[in-house]
Amino acid sequence: METNRRICSLLKENAKLTPTDIARLLGITEADAEAAVRRLEQKGIIRGYSAVINEERLGSDYVSAFIEVKVTPKADDGFDEVARTIMMYDEVESLALMSGAFDLAVTVSGTDYKDIALFVAKRLSTINGVISTSTHFFLKPYKEKNFFLEEEQKDERGFFAP
Amino acid sequence: MVKKINYESLISKKALSLKPSGIRKFFDLATNMKGVISLGVGEPDFATPWFIRQKAISALEHGKTVYTANAGLAQLRFAISDYLKEKIGVTYDAAKEIIVTVGGSEAIDLGIRALINPGDEAVIIEPCFVCYAPLVELAGGVPVTIKTMPEDDFKLRPDALLSALTDKTKLLILPFPNNPTGAVMTYEDLKPIAEILRERDIIVISDEIYAELTYGIKHVSIASFAGMKERTLVVNGFSKAYAMTGWRLGYLCGPAELIAQMLKIHQYGIMCSPTVSQYAAIDALNFGAKDVRKMVDEYDARRRWLTNALNELGLKCFEPRGAFYVFPSIQSTGLSSEEFAEKLLFEHKVAVVPGNAFGASGEGYIRISYAYSLGHLMSAIGEIREFLKKL
Repeated sequence: METNRRICSLLKENAKLTPTDIARLLGITEADAEAAVRRLEQKGIIRGYSAVINEERLGSDYVSAFIEVKVTPKADDGFDEVARTIMMYDEVESLALMSGAFDLAVTVSGTDYKDIALFVAKRLSTINGVISTSTHFFLKPYKEKNFFLEEEQKDERGFFAP
Repeated sequence: MVKKINYESLISKKALSLKPSGIRKFFDLATNMKGVISLGVGEPDFATPWFIRQKAISALEHGKTVYTANAGLAQLRFAISDYLKEKIGVTYDAAKEIIVTVGGSEAIDLGIRALINPGDEAVIIEPCFVCYAPLVELAGGVPVTIKTMPEDDFKLRPDALLSALTDKTKLLILPFPNNPTGAVMTYEDLKPIAEILRERDIIVISDEIYAELTYGIKHVSIASFAGMKERTLVVNGFSKAYAMTGWRLGYLCGPAELIAQMLKIHQYGIMCSPTVSQYAAIDALNFGAKDVRKMVDEYDARRRWLTNALNELGLKCFEPRGAFYVFPSIQSTGLSSEEFAEKLLFEHKVAVVPGNAFGASGEGYIRISYAYSLGHLMSAIGEIREFLKKL
């Protein structure tokens, strides 16, 4: 179990690590590392691998927004049904049930502001059970998944020090 | 008419006789090159944890910009005392047995200067950090070196210690966890050493600056053995454990009778350690354990990766249990340490430190630091692989 946790925390930091790297980093055999990663994938613990991108530098047309959604829970399965409906849209990057003043936190992206406005007006707000939405556009991301998006990490140290 | 000044006649013989650090030469070479991948640095790659930096900013905002007591802020000395009690099981009186110093280096210097009379011998365990022998020489003492061996995992053997002791021996400088070898002395290793020392009037300067950075093994201080607290000066600091090298903050703990003498030297030479650093250090000790753990885990993973990678390349390397260095043998290449380091730098732009920079017994080895990100280590190892292929 401890090994699984350590593999996951390594891959969260750097999904490019190979089984050889993982084996060396944790002091286990390469075969064990490979099997462990495969098991984590098969069990659905590792859901996928992705890169953290500075979209502006890439020069892509990319706009994203964080939407607070209030929902009337269904009698039989609470928020799950509405959540599933929202989740299925490709525009939705992330979705979570929240405590506090609203119920669902939705992150959506598109190529321009109109995309998102349209999504909120035509798709999201019309879903049965959605009471209200409040949309906040992302203006400038600074940090994502523990990576700084703007600042370059520079090594201030000299080449040698005893 | 102005007389041309003759510096040579003005400089003290002791200063003139000091050899420049062996690392200097490579430093000069590498700084003039572009695109060097360095593995040569002896300080953490992590920045100081953010909450510690915030504490320093807040200390500045609150005008904590004046001298502290010579021995350091009382609050910090109490925190150091509590910390050591928990970590090494030795209780130091915050009022009389602790001085907050400008890094571990000053603590070592104070210990040596307050004890050594001309002609006194100081036993130094090599390979080791570069400052011990020059500081002993500056104080007029005579360094007596003991070589540690790879077949002993670079540990100090009791018989080697016994054969180095004479009636002039005043000091033993015990540098574990060790820079550059990464060797650690366990309880069982230290026990016979303590048995030898506690029958004698010898002081141990135990340089424990890397005490937090041990892997799968707990640091043991020689001060924790019966009869040894009164014979030991414990040197520690914030640089390595909390990634605070630039803050220049360490401490020296020992018997009140010795600390009182060292405090005089500190008072006249330094006055007090940097005030802002001292405030930040209180929080480092009180709240830093989690961050230390995180950094240690990261070093540990890199350590395993690097040790494996080097052994695979045929650079035989003993498994280091502490600090953040590996010390592989390069004897299989037929090159000397300096030749290896120089060729590697010129041909593949990878900077490592030749082992003989840490004493003659380091010949045949190089020091590689893993205070670098894994990606950095991976590209460096790739270059070393290419380099070895061509040899």
